[in-house]
Amino acid sequence: MSIEVRGVTKRFGDFVAVNDVSLVVPSGELVALLGPSGSGKTSLLRIIAGLERADAGQVLFEGEDATGRDVRRRGVGFVFQHYALFRHMSVFENVAFGLRVRPRATRPSATEIREKVMGLLKLVQLDWLSDRLPSQLSGGQRQRVALARALAVEPRMLLLDEPFGSLDAKVRQELRRWLRRLHDEIRLTSVFVTHDQEEALEVADRVVVMNQGRVEQIGSPEEIFERPATPFVIRFMGNVNVFHGRVQSGKAHLGPLALDYPEHPHAEGRSAAGFTRPYDLDVERDAGAGGGFWATLRHATPAGAVVRLELEGEEGAVLQVEIPRDRHEALRPELGERLYLRPRQVRVFLDPPEAGPRA
Amino acid sequence: MAATARSRRATPRALAEPLAVRLGLTALALAFLGLFLVVPLAAVFSEALAKGVRAYLDAVHEPMALSALKLTLLTAGIAVPLNLVFGLAAAWCIAKFDFPGRSALTTLIDLPFAVSPVISGMIFILLFGRTSPLGPWLQDHGLQVVFAVPGLVLATVFVTFPFVARELIPVMEAAGTEEEEAARVLGAGGWQTFRRVTLPSVKWGVLYGVILCNARAMGEFGAVSVVSGHIRGKTNTLPLHVEILYNEYQFQAAFAVASLLTFLALVTLVAKSVVEWRAGRSPASLPPEPAEAGEGGTGGAR
Repeated sequence: MSIEVRGVTKRFGDFVAVNDVSLVVPSGELVALLGPSGSGKTSLLRIIAGLERADAGQVLFEGEDATGRDVRRRGVGFVFQHYALFRHMSVFENVAFGLRVRPRATRPSATEIREKVMGLLKLVQLDWLSDRLPSQLSGGQRQRVALARALAVEPRMLLLDEPFGSLDAKVRQELRRWLRRLHDEIRLTSVFVTHDQEEALEVADRVVVMNQGRVEQIGSPEEIFERPATPFVIRFMGNVNVFHGRVQSGKAHLGPLALDYPEHPHAEGRSAAGFTRPYDLDVERDAGAGGGFWATLRHATPAGAVVRLELEGEEGAVLQVEIPRDRHEALRPELGERLYLRPRQVRVFLDPPEAGPRA
Repeated sequence: MAATARSRRATPRALAEPLAVRLGLTALALAFLGLFLVVPLAAVFSEALAKGVRAYLDAVHEPMALSALKLTLLTAGIAVPLNLVFGLAAAWCIAKFDFPGRSALTTLIDLPFAVSPVISGMIFILLFGRTSPLGPWLQDHGLQVVFAVPGLVLATVFVTFPFVARELIPVMEAAGTEEEEAARVLGAGGWQTFRRVTLPSVKWGVLYGVILCNARAMGEFGAVSVVSGHIRGKTNTLPLHVEILYNEYQFQAAFAVASLLTFLALVTLVAKSVVEWRAGRSPASLPPEPAEAGEGGTGGAR
């Protein structure tokens, strides 16, 4: 089932948690709401679920207005960040809960419930733990019980709040892939909230990047990563070197960099910033054709297939560079050596008109 | 060293005091306990049995004493269920919802603890007594509140009003609202959520509150004394009956009846201990995230 959010705003007192957000989740897709804490992603998810009421805007399911619909009648499966399993019920009873509370007319028989629940527990590979209490399970197991419980009511969409947030790194990795496989199998429209960009890029079909209650960018993982729409997105998606400066008459002068910027042909200047990823900087011993700048090597840290370099540019600016290990082997730069850095790719964003250059 | 550390409940060695200090402190605690608890308790029973078992049984079987016992049980039997329902409702709405006046309600619940029981009794005299604004109306309709059973029940309800709610609010607040939200999303209605999720998760807290409430309801003296009017065989509860007997110099009978009350208190204490013990073992009260090694695989977990 498709989900559409139109102009949704949610305030808590003076704090605007969600600010005029609109987005569409096509049927069968797995979408990530990605953002730092306080960006409104969880509030938005809870508004879609009906656990929170929007102050303005609409939520539509399959084109039908569901803004005022009670949470019980929305057909959502919700997985809470801390699982929210019923502590006094066994794993089996937890999963069976949604079936047992149905009105008598639509409630399945005891045998049907048993079959259904055991089937779901098999799906999440926990049928052998059906008699345990949640307190006797590990974090990863609880997470999967929570998922089975949400799926038991045959929801038309699945909403997950930081589904892997409280798990350790290894379990998280495995569960992530497992969720992706599960989604490919059952094709249920799913939205999950995360603050981990790696997780969002790895699992989701489409990523919604949020910041301060607003949507910064919506796109496929490739689009988000390759063509970030705003300085926030480029910063949030990983380490980046920033050069502040001005653009004027089709040229950009950003710190030590000078490049063409045909997007701003106007004579009137604007402050702007250029962004370059650490792996988009070439390191040379000589200036060659130019287009770069000199910096002094301060640190070099081997990190698997790459070597991370930290250099000091003019006025003490710190630059982060990643070069392949064999390149480092060939170059053998020494600490304190002056090296020439040439960016292969610089993304330039104009600063907002009212504000000066950002720190 | 390892052996001493392993023996007993492994008190960290750094925290172990010298033997003399430990013995001294223990002896002090026991002496205090003996002086202020065991000796009076023993005195009650020994005085009660001072003139033999026969006299004891007579005093307890005496119609006035039996009527007082019945009245005490009746009062507690009405007040406790009322306060159970009220306490659950109050704790639920205070712990699970945010509404204007929430903190005012929390404070109000404590009121009966804050005012002297005598004043609590006076309140009902002022409200329902002959000279009160409600007095004439009650009289016209032949309703007797003060100096009658309804007055006793009202005073007891008022005095024991905070126990269940006070016990439950922290337990419910600690449990949070996520489980209730989960139940709602899964399609459970308000009542189903309460009965299947909220109530079971606080059942030991409820029991504990009920037991405390009951203990106070049966033992209440001050408030009840004011509204009772001390009509023997009619409005005397056990604590009041003890006082009357004592004032009439029937010491043995007074202590015999007091022993009944003491016995009820002991039963309550045992019940409370059992509840505490069961609650300690029940999964519902376990912390939600026990320290447990991460379980590794999602794939071949079998």
